[in-house]
Formats: sequence, structure tokens, C-alpha cells
Amino acid sequence: MSDTDDDAGLGCPVPFSQYDRVVLAHGGGGRATRSLVESLFRAALDSPELREDHDGAIVSLEGPVAITTDGFTVRPLFFPGGDLGALAVHGTVNDLACCGARPELLTVSFVLEEGLALTTLARLVRSMGEAARAVGARVIAGDTKVVERGKGDGVYVSVTGLGRVRRALSPRNVRDGDVVIVSGPVGDHGIAVLVAREDVRLGTEIASDQGEIASLVHELLDEGVALHVARDPTRGGLATVLVEIARTAGVSIVLEEPSVPVRSAVSDACELLGLDPLYVACEGRVVLFVAPEHAERALAIARRFQPDAARIGVVTEGPSGLVLAKNAFGGERVLELLSGEQLPRIC
Amino acid sequence: MRYVDELRDPKLAHALSSRIRAATTRPWTIMEVCGGQTHTLARYGLEELLPEGITIVHGPGCPVCVTPAAVIDRAVAIACTAGVVLHTYGDMLRVPASHGDLLAARSRGADVRVVLSPLEAVEAARLDPSREHVFFSVGFETTAPAAAAAVELAEALGLERFSVLAAHVRVPPVLEVLLGDPRTRIDGLLAAGHVCTVMGTGEYAPIAARHRLPIVVTGFEPIDLLEGIARTIEQLEAGRSEVEIQYARAVRPEGSAGARGAIERVFEVADRPFRGLGEVPAGGLVLRDRFARFDATRRIAVEVASAEPDTRCRAGEVLRGLLRPLDCPELGKGCTPEHPLGAPMVSSEGACAAYHRHRARKELPR
Repeated sequence: MSDTDDDAGLGCPVPFSQYDRVVLAHGGGGRATRSLVESLFRAALDSPELREDHDGAIVSLEGPVAITTDGFTVRPLFFPGGDLGALAVHGTVNDLACCGARPELLTVSFVLEEGLALTTLARLVRSMGEAARAVGARVIAGDTKVVERGKGDGVYVSVTGLGRVRRALSPRNVRDGDVVIVSGPVGDHGIAVLVAREDVRLGTEIASDQGEIASLVHELLDEGVALHVARDPTRGGLATVLVEIARTAGVSIVLEEPSVPVRSAVSDACELLGLDPLYVACEGRVVLFVAPEHAERALAIARRFQPDAARIGVVTEGPSGLVLAKNAFGGERVLELLSGEQLPRIC
Repeated sequence: MRYVDELRDPKLAHALSSRIRAATTRPWTIMEVCGGQTHTLARYGLEELLPEGITIVHGPGCPVCVTPAAVIDRAVAIACTAGVVLHTYGDMLRVPASHGDLLAARSRGADVRVVLSPLEAVEAARLDPSREHVFFSVGFETTAPAAAAAVELAEALGLERFSVLAAHVRVPPVLEVLLGDPRTRIDGLLAAGHVCTVMGTGEYAPIAARHRLPIVVTGFEPIDLLEGIARTIEQLEAGRSEVEIQYARAVRPEGSAGARGAIERVFEVADRPFRGLGEVPAGGLVLRDRFARFDATRRIAVEVASAEPDTRCRAGEVLRGLLRPLDCPELGKGCTPEHPLGAPMVSSEGACAAYHRHRARKELPR
């Protein structure tokens, strides 16, 4: 196991039978599994559907429903500003919000590595439950599997989310002249995790921006803002989201690079590591494409949630998929999809 | 960030742009030597700030671009040897060789790790003596001192299973090859600031004199590049061909005695092939015999069967400044960042990759 997050100091409210670590039997479907489900999962994620103790949950939802599914893995499991449990809920909820849907129902599936401390698991699951409740979503079904020690990074979680759609948001709604807004500083999560994982000493702590953006999206819809598309810039960061949307919508986007909010600690870390903050992951930000006449209002609303929200660019006619970043010098560069992960450069 | 923001000041950039425009009376072609400089030019779109007649040619100073496929093939073969851990710099992982890159080797089970410093590889070798630790060391004179320090540290620690696969290259010999080609049209050079931080400027005065071209040792920030270009053009317009140091906050004429000493103790000069340019006399550095036991080539025997390079690739002409990537018939057709024919399309600072994007931009209505 890679992590040493055996947080013995954080006592757990309920005893987990005779084991204090995940054993293969916890995935076997027998008594150990049941004990884990009852004392740990159900305690933290309680819902009427889970209490039914059935093979699946039966629900009824009317009207168009958005469904999204996502797998989560992060090393370390706990990092400044968040943890895997809350991250998994927020990631899923944010994807629903980007579809214009309310976060309502979640299913969670865990792959646990043999040897994981049950206190660690309990802490993650509690964090997950709190994150779900805070956005008004409930967990209605779940599953647990256990893999042998060395075959996993402690915990993998996959989450499926369902929610009723209020207004379908899609890149196809994007129009020339749409204003692009980002809901806060970019790159915090990627750098926070990198620093925590590699033990880079920077002098300043950088906390992940991990969080939900559903409240902001729904606030915009509540206030009648002509929001055309919302997308959370996770893997690949802001630049990747802009390129993807420009391609799907068949438009060009001009990004005013100096307007993109980046915390100085993040830009310093990127400078040292040879990374481009535009490509570093966020986990609690959203990029909004808004009709120009509503841009000021949308920005004002976004700033109620995060004061650094900023107007960063505009949609223009031009070759499909082209994203141009204009810098403070009046020069410009084309932003593209990365061929893989960002790798530190030699020179 | 202090010490950086002032070198990215737009007002200063525009002042330098005006200074360049005022000084320029005729077309000039300037080559920037280093991949880091190419990156800054592309990252900040600095060519937009230059007058029409000024052409920037991207030189051979991207170590990723000039490392021959055969060397990467050897690194892949070593990485795939049982019991070996291969450590290297991040951007070497995606460079295509004859039979796939290091990332592909890793996916097949090779233990390939990214390090920011060779000393991390030494530390790994110290902590895990049951395996062979190989540091695949690429780069110009800039990264050579760190590799030399790693070898000396490994010796001092008495490490038995640490070695270096050295693919170090030297700037002055490859400049001689490029400038010695009568077809090359380069009027001035921006020399690589960090190479000269290590080596000093002594090797460049004879080059400037022999080829009658100004050489300005230049840094890597936007203001550095623009000032380097301004000073090169001012020399050209005045008919001078001298070595100047723009990057004075790092470069001393004599270089760094400590770093040069480490290179001198551990490495010796040897002929070396450059990808796209062929054999460069005295173009590389190899480990001295005294350090043979730290030489991965001598330590780990592997079979390397390298494929012939794709003959459609004209990277050699691009690196010489003879062919603009935009004029290459394969650009964007047979050769794309996803399916590169040659190294300048691989690295984000490679000239072909830069122009491939540039062309897309040109299609945008102004």
C-alpha cells in the first residue's frame, strides 16, 4: 500500500468486528462483508433505499434525467483541501450540474485493497456521506470488492449519479459572441495533490479547490441567466475543456490569458516544475459559456460563490476547435489537447 | 513571482519591440539555439512582436529532438531488462524510437521513473540495492554537470548497481556543422543561456569570428529573448560580429568552475550522431574509462536493432534552417503530433510542432 494514512488517532464510532484492516473476506459476500456494509457504509451513507437491503434500488424520476458515471483514484487519499470520498461525490455531482441536472441519486462502488485501515475507509465514507447530504443527493445503492494487497492504490471508487434535468446544457448551444467565465482560480487541485504526493517543499501550502459547483450552476439557472454550457475543468485543466468545447461546438475561442485567475503559489509551483497552469486539474471550478448580454450578471453571481471568478474569453467565428490564448504582450498561442500527461521538461 | 514578473513585463516587451523595429533596416535571419528559448517564443507568441523581415530559425538545441532513435532504442531495451529500474527526465518518455517509446515500455511492465534530478536516481539506488538503477541522461552541457555529480556521488557512496546511460551533446560542435554548411542562411545566433552558465563564452568567440556572425548569449524569459534579438540586430546593422552576454544575471565569461570541473572529471568528448543531422565530430560526451563501471552501455548488454529513420522526414533541413516547416510537404499530412515522422514534431518546442499549430492560427480571420 502506498499510503500511510492509518489515522489511529481518529477513532471510529463503531467497532468493525475483529478486523481493523480490510481483508479479502470483506469482499467475499459473507459475514465480514455484511458487517462492513452495516457498521461502516450504511452508517455513513444512510438512505431509505439502502435500508431496503435489496439487490438494487427502485426509484421513480419524471422527465428527462441526466446520468453520469466516473471512477476516482487519487494518491494520497487525503490531501490539503479534500479527500477521495468527497472528491468522488463532488466530481459526479459537478458532472450532473454541467448537464443542467440537479444532483439527486448516487450509487457508489468501492474497490478496496487488502490491508487498508478500516479507520481510513470510515473517514473516506463519512466524508462522502457529508458531501452528498450537503448538496441534497442520496446514495441509493453500492458495492464493495476487495483486491489483494499490492493490486490497488488503497481505494478506488466509482460513482454513478442521476438527476432530473432543469435545462439541457450542451456545447451545441454555444454561439459566436458567448462570453467565457471561470468560477475561480485554476490549477489548485493538481498542484495540491502533486505537492502532497511528491513532498515538494514550496513554503506555502496549496489547498485543493475540490468542491461542488452545482449550487452555482443552479443559481444561474434560477436567476434566468442564458447559460449555454458549463463544464468542469478536471483532468487536462482549463485548456482542455476549452478545446473540447470549441471542437464540439464548431467554434473558435479567444482566451485572454492574463485574465485567467491563478493563485501565485500555484503559478510559482508550475514555474518550478515546468508545468502550464492552464493544463492543471481543478476539482471545484466550472467554465461557463454565457450569452454576452448576461455576462455581467453571471459574473456577479459567480463572484458571490468565489470572489476570483473572472471573465476570461469570448467565442468567435473561425476554424472549428481553435483556441487562441492571447498574452499580455499581444502575442498569441494555440492551445491544444495534450498528447498525454503534462511531463516536466528538461529545458 | 519576484525575479520573473519583471522579465514578463508587457510594457518592457513593447519597448523592446519598438527598439527592434527602429533598428531593423533589412531582412535578417536569426537562429535561437535552445529548445527552452523556442518554447518561450511559442508560449508568448513573441514572433508576432517582430517586424516582417526578421525570420527566426529554431536551432538544434532541443535535446529531445536530436537524440538519435538508436539511443532511445537502447534505453528501451535496458528498461525492459529484468531487474532494471530506468530513471529519466519526463519529456524523454514520449519520444518515438524504432519500436515504441519508454511509456510503451512502461505499460509492458518496465520500471521507468521520472526524476527531476539524477540525484533522485542515486538515492533510489542507495535505498534499493537489489536492482540495477540506470539514469538515462540526456541534454546539452546544461544537464551534464548534474549527471557527473550523480556518478561521483554514486562512487563516494560505493554504490554497486547504479549507472548512467549518457546521451549528452555539446553545442559548439553542432553549430560548427550547421554554420559550415554553405547552404545555411543564418545571420545571427542567440546562444543558449544555461549552456553558457556552465561553459562560459570562450568557445563562442572563434565561431563568431570564423563565420562573421554576432552571438548573443540569451536567457529564457520573454524580455530576455526580445533583448537578445534586439542586440543581435543592432550588431548586424552595425556590421559587428561579437559575443555579447544578454543573460548576465547567470552567465560569466568563464562559466562555472565547479560545473565545468565535474564534467571534465567524469566525461570526455567524443563524436556523436545527432538525429536529423548525422555524425557531429566532438559532438557528445561519454564517461571516462575510470568510471566504466557506472556506464550503462558497458554494464548492461542489450541487443538494439534500430529501424532506419523514415526517409520522408526532412528534419535535418529544418534544423539547418534550409526548409521552413511550413514548406514541408508532409507537415500536417503524413506528419502530425499524433503520428510524427521526426523528432521536431514530437516535442512541444520542436519547430515542426510549433509551425503545425501556427498554420491553424493563420486560418483565423483577422
